[in-house]
Amino acid sequence: MNSRLTFLDVFRVGGLGLRSRRLRALLSALGVSIGIAAIVGVLGISASSQARLLAQLDALGTNLLTVSPGQALGGAQAYLPQTAPGMIRRVGPVLTVSATGTVPDAHVFRTDKIPDVQSGGISVRAADVTLLQTLNATVQHGTFLNPVTAQYPAVVLGASTAQYLGITDLRHPIQVHLGGQWFTVIGILQPMALAPNLDRAALVGYPAAHTYLHFDGEYTTIYLRTDPNQVTDVQAVLARTANPNHPEEVAVSRPSDVLAARVAAQGAYTSLFIGLGAVALLVGGVAIANTMLTAVLERRSEIGLRRALGATEAHVALQFLTESLLLSSLGGLAGVLLGSLATSVYALSNHWTVVVPLLAVWGGIASALLVGGVAGLYPAMRAARLTPTDALRTV
Amino acid sequence: MSRPVLELQGVTKRYRGEPPVEALRGVSLTIVEGELVAIVGQSGSGKTTLVHVMGTLERPTDGQVRVAGQDVFEMSDRELSGLRAWRLGFVFQQFFLLDGLSVVENVANGLLYRGVNQADRRRLAGRALGRVGLGHRLSHQPNQLSGGERQRVAIARAVVGEPAVILADEPTGNLDSASGASIMDLLRDLNDEGRTIVIITHNHEIADSISHNVELRDGLIVRDAAVEGSFASPSTADTRWGVAGE
Repeated sequence: MNSRLTFLDVFRVGGLGLRSRRLRALLSALGVSIGIAAIVGVLGISASSQARLLAQLDALGTNLLTVSPGQALGGAQAYLPQTAPGMIRRVGPVLTVSATGTVPDAHVFRTDKIPDVQSGGISVRAADVTLLQTLNATVQHGTFLNPVTAQYPAVVLGASTAQYLGITDLRHPIQVHLGGQWFTVIGILQPMALAPNLDRAALVGYPAAHTYLHFDGEYTTIYLRTDPNQVTDVQAVLARTANPNHPEEVAVSRPSDVLAARVAAQGAYTSLFIGLGAVALLVGGVAIANTMLTAVLERRSEIGLRRALGATEAHVALQFLTESLLLSSLGGLAGVLLGSLATSVYALSNHWTVVVPLLAVWGGIASALLVGGVAGLYPAMRAARLTPTDALRTV
Repeated sequence: MSRPVLELQGVTKRYRGEPPVEALRGVSLTIVEGELVAIVGQSGSGKTTLVHVMGTLERPTDGQVRVAGQDVFEMSDRELSGLRAWRLGFVFQQFFLLDGLSVVENVANGLLYRGVNQADRRRLAGRALGRVGLGHRLSHQPNQLSGGERQRVAIARAVVGEPAVILADEPTGNLDSASGASIMDLLRDLNDEGRTIVIITHNHEIADSISHNVELRDGLIVRDAAVEGSFASPSTADTRWGVAGE
């Protein structure tokens, strides 16, 4: 003889208010869905972009180090000794070493008709033939320098350099005017995230630089790979190895640190946008609370009828709480879908892989439910506290 | 021998306020199984309070109320709700049908708070609608029906659970006289089939057509007249005469 409402009926009864007032339900759930969509979208886009950076890091490896001359005492430009690459190669965990040297006052042009001052910031560098392998880089077109082409007027262009010179492919032989001579383009490199300086360079062999450009064979940047487990140990001894007399004049860096810092920096933006999403969610919660309070006032006679049909106070409270939870979870679901869609569109248009963190999906739905629960609590209590006779009294 | 289904003993109801309103001032009334009872009174006589107290929608300030033999005094909200779900049926002047639910769903709601599953609810609701002559309108929306039809739906909702007693508060109050008469005929037929029905009305014409006729004035029963032999199964032998406070 107890009053009972089955679990299934709780949902049927709770959904009734939404079914009979669809537009209102839609509008009041909109706030929550915008908030959730913003949060999921921001988390998804930043996760997709981080995934891309991390994938890049993985592909490039974190065991690349660079050695370059720093500043001498008194601010003068320092130089790396000629022995530096050989010395570094002798450090146990070092796997490969490749040197590059900037050829001073040499510029590269598409034709010989362009004045020297319009160099476009492109530097000409002499490079070891092992550079590609050390950087774990690849060519877009053509080939890299080899011991033979390194001796002849042949040049490999960085990705930005090729773009600047308007060279998109090597289907036809192309020559560029480099340091007052014609050099044949034999390759175009892929962009290199770990050595962005080389994107804006034109690379020639050391022997060719010596022969044609009167280059003295100086080293500007030495790239090296180490055993991945001993990167920091190697980093610690590099300066003294490269220049035993003046270790303080050697600058050692780890390019992957820069990428890692970018991954971390994105996190900072993310929390700002999530904060904005949370504000939208809060506003959505207020909208739902408002709708529910209105519903309780409008549906007094329904409450009275249900009490007459045998609903307990708890059943009435449960009905309005369920309605509020349904409203907010529908908003939350729509928000998760919208946010995932936004992530997909953004990531795919950037050619990234789409990553929507599961935490964002479940977190979005859970926070929608939380908002709905909090927003529905007070209206539900008011509905339950209404006495049957007050509820049945028509205005 | 008919059992009493509704017993009121010295029931008073005072509403706090300035000055306090005494809506019921000691009402004693017994309704037995199978009876058709009319409670008649002018507005302000305490009719609605009486039906609310009988329907356990409101607790009396003083006195005893027994529904189907159970004393409702000190019953919890859950127990009272259970009593309403299983033992009491209500018909209201304003019908109180829910928009957004079809006719059969509205009637099925009469069994909702008993925990009956939906398929059984609908099956029984269809049967009850057939009984009130609306078997062809199961899937209509309430707003597609005439007033008289809506009240039939409401009656079906009260009947579907076969409660111990059906309380009808001004069931014809919102209807034209033709529809009202047909609703009264329906209620009489339902009573002839053995259901206990209490009709609250301000209409003496309706009240006079009913054998057990109780008149309420200023919160007191001033007349409780049962006409012998005018309804089929039960006798009025158990109907106790009650004039309050004496």
